[in-house]
Amino acid sequence: MNSHTFLTSALLATSMLAAPSLASAAEINVYTTREPALIAPLLEAYTKSTGTKVNTVFLKDGMAERVASEGASSPADILMAVDAGNLVDLAEKGVTQPIESSVLNGAVPAELRDDKGHWFGLSYRARVLYAAKDLDLASFNYEDLADPKWKGKVCIRSGQHPYNTALFADYIAHYGAEETEKWLTGVKDNLARKAAGGDRDAAKDILGGICDIGIANSYYVGLMKSGKGGEEQKTWAEAIKVVLPTFKDGGTQVNISGAAVAKNSPNKADAVKFLEYLVSDEAQKIYAEANYEYPVKAGVAADPIIAAFGELKIDNKPLSEIVSHRKQASELVDKVGFDN
Amino acid sequence: MPASKPVAGPSVVSQAGRSGRNWVALSALAALIVLLPVAGLALEALKGSSGLWAHLFSSILPVALVDTVILLIGVGVVTAVIGTTTAWLVTAYDFPGRRMLQWALLLPLAVPTYIIAYAYLDILHPIGSVQGAIRWVLGYETPRQFRLPDIRSMTGCILLLGFVLYPYVYIPTRAMFLTQSGNLVDAARTLGISRREVFWRVALPLARPAVAIGIALALMETLNDVGAAEFLGVRTMTVSIYTTWITRTDLPGASQIALALLLIVVALVGLERWARRRQRYATDARRSRGLTPQKVTPLKGLLFLFAGSLPILLGFVAPALYLTTEAWKRYQFAGLSSRLLGEAISTITIATLATVVTVALGLVVAYATRLRPGKTSAFLLRLSTIGYAAPGTVVAIGVLIVLAGFDRLIDRTALDWFGVSTGLLFMGSGAAVVYALTVRFLAISVGGIEAGLSRIPLSLDHASRTLGQSTAGTFRHVHLPLSKAAISAAALLVFVDCIKELPATLLLRPLNVETFATHLYGEAARGTYEEASIAALAIVAISILPVILLSRVGTAGRG
Repeated sequence: MNSHTFLTSALLATSMLAAPSLASAAEINVYTTREPALIAPLLEAYTKSTGTKVNTVFLKDGMAERVASEGASSPADILMAVDAGNLVDLAEKGVTQPIESSVLNGAVPAELRDDKGHWFGLSYRARVLYAAKDLDLASFNYEDLADPKWKGKVCIRSGQHPYNTALFADYIAHYGAEETEKWLTGVKDNLARKAAGGDRDAAKDILGGICDIGIANSYYVGLMKSGKGGEEQKTWAEAIKVVLPTFKDGGTQVNISGAAVAKNSPNKADAVKFLEYLVSDEAQKIYAEANYEYPVKAGVAADPIIAAFGELKIDNKPLSEIVSHRKQASELVDKVGFDN
Repeated sequence: MPASKPVAGPSVVSQAGRSGRNWVALSALAALIVLLPVAGLALEALKGSSGLWAHLFSSILPVALVDTVILLIGVGVVTAVIGTTTAWLVTAYDFPGRRMLQWALLLPLAVPTYIIAYAYLDILHPIGSVQGAIRWVLGYETPRQFRLPDIRSMTGCILLLGFVLYPYVYIPTRAMFLTQSGNLVDAARTLGISRREVFWRVALPLARPAVAIGIALALMETLNDVGAAEFLGVRTMTVSIYTTWITRTDLPGASQIALALLLIVVALVGLERWARRRQRYATDARRSRGLTPQKVTPLKGLLFLFAGSLPILLGFVAPALYLTTEAWKRYQFAGLSSRLLGEAISTITIATLATVVTVALGLVVAYATRLRPGKTSAFLLRLSTIGYAAPGTVVAIGVLIVLAGFDRLIDRTALDWFGVSTGLLFMGSGAAVVYALTVRFLAISVGGIEAGLSRIPLSLDHASRTLGQSTAGTFRHVHLPLSKAAISAAALLVFVDCIKELPATLLLRPLNVETFATHLYGEAARGTYEEASIAALAIVAISILPVILLSRVGTAGRG
């Protein structure tokens, strides 16, 4: 075969790979950085109750860039993301639009949504302490992580992970950058292993005797303890107990998962309907039961495994303030060599 | 691959001049395709990033640069040692199991770096079976009494990457040993030198270009890796690019670091080529014969078999067994997901299309340098391969900027002129993914095909011309048949790489399309690896067949 025909047929085949997905009335297109398995139950329930087909693409890094590059032709209706910072980024990059909905404003507390309606928190999670079961530890302050008595006993994932930069940014909001740098240096000195891996490794490593305490998200405990991840993970969860840590002058650091309507949404009315569904009692219950997150809507209960941690007192620093310290937090992580 | 000029008389094949120019023009088109996303990045980088470099110099570079260099040197040494010794073992000696080793040594290619890191993290964890067994033997009860050092370290990262990347050295080195050493080795033997000395004094120096190209490929794979580094806590420059972009939402800054890194890589590759500019390695592909493997004593044979099996055990068997048991556990726990079939179809379709395009372009670029050797075609060839040196996400962002721009333009034009919306042609059809994969892996196809063509003496071109064949005829009747093995090998390597590729596929695929790799990542991102073990096993399993085929064409092509 001559290479010209080779090339032509390759290009032809490429263009036939799939027809461009054009939006039609009973469909919405969701770009999400939330993992497919986490939102699948919500999407299925929505399609079942409304007949609206939900197309999704799971993205991780670069969702904002993709929507921005696609511009006016973008098929995206809904952008779902975790971490308040990512939602703020979407709004700042101009890929969202303000939504005025009494249903959304009524269900989502003001501090968990954008005041202009560019994004809405749908669930939240706490950054909690996993501790070896036999440790005598009833309460804990984030400040204690730098206490030399924990030298070589602390496990945590990369300091650059958004979950951690949000926590460190919250620390800056409380104490300022200089104090935070000292604290981070202290935490770094206490690490039992490299700041790497995922949140569940904290539990696994406590069971493995590598460390005594670890910082991780609340919902992982539900996923492990319920047995949804298999028998093995139950043993990890059983090796730990969960303490809700607080700032000395505040509460427990929480972060949200949320969604926004894309600026050039071709099906805006359906997109808003979908968001409103996500704060319904039914959907909020799925957030609580399937994902072990705290529902944002008052009156919907958290899963019993999560509720058993005790009463959650949310930290007093607003999300918007925490988000504004994110970059500084990330630079401090580099400066103290947290991940080295 | 080897920068060897074809064995030739002094003159360029002049009759081929005209059509040669066409090939060079096509080659320029291929280079343009690769350059567009880089240009997109450069545009992004120009937007500027305040205070980035001050921060980089004070906090990031001192560590990230040193870590990157240590990692590269480490992986370079490990892949070179494993790749060359195993290649020599299976070519120079005859022992039981040698034939099996010849192809089995390629198997670790089927295991992506992020999968091997994840598998070993679990296998060697204090609560895993290996340490459990050690504790049982030593009489300890809990990991708190005894545990091995943590795998999450630079050493761990070097070894794990080395175990799966050494085939990049093994493949070209073995090919070199097979085709080039025969006569010379026999000559050396006649002079009374032992096999081991032949290796050090004849075979290895002769194979240097092949070893160099193999190491270069392995190192670029290393530079591209983010998954394994993330699992094992090694902070490379690539990780810094990510952090700058994601955590500090500074894409212009990330583009600047990426471009700087790209420049360094291009400079290094150039330096390496410059260093061996005076070396010419060429023997006649048809007449050279492989060296006859030497029979060894049974004891030595057993030892060789063991030594040759070790990298396969560590780089393939252990992780594959681990994935199989995990997948089996998962299957019993949750059954087989109906999504897997769709994922298999998308994975294979995307990889196949990308391979076809990549090999076609590779052929164009490599053939242009043959028809019109010279500065222009050589320069175009270098240009067309730079996509391999850039991290996958960086390429993906570049492709995104360029193609989404085209898409918008087409859509707007269609709306203005015909009142219909075309939607997103490239992004919506998956063409963007194929494009990005082509940019990423063109280097593999160009390198492999160039090496294949360079083994065909130019005298054959002259003969073909004298007998009245056109350029196209010469290509079809002379070059294509003689470089079939090299082309197939390049195609298979590209195919396997496409199946393993993650970041570009993840960012650029259309709605509702999931591949094995993106599924795996979706689970890994939330820490639920167990749910993805079936997808992980599938990635390894689909890659095994092409890898075995690869070893077949590897030997079939030799005389």
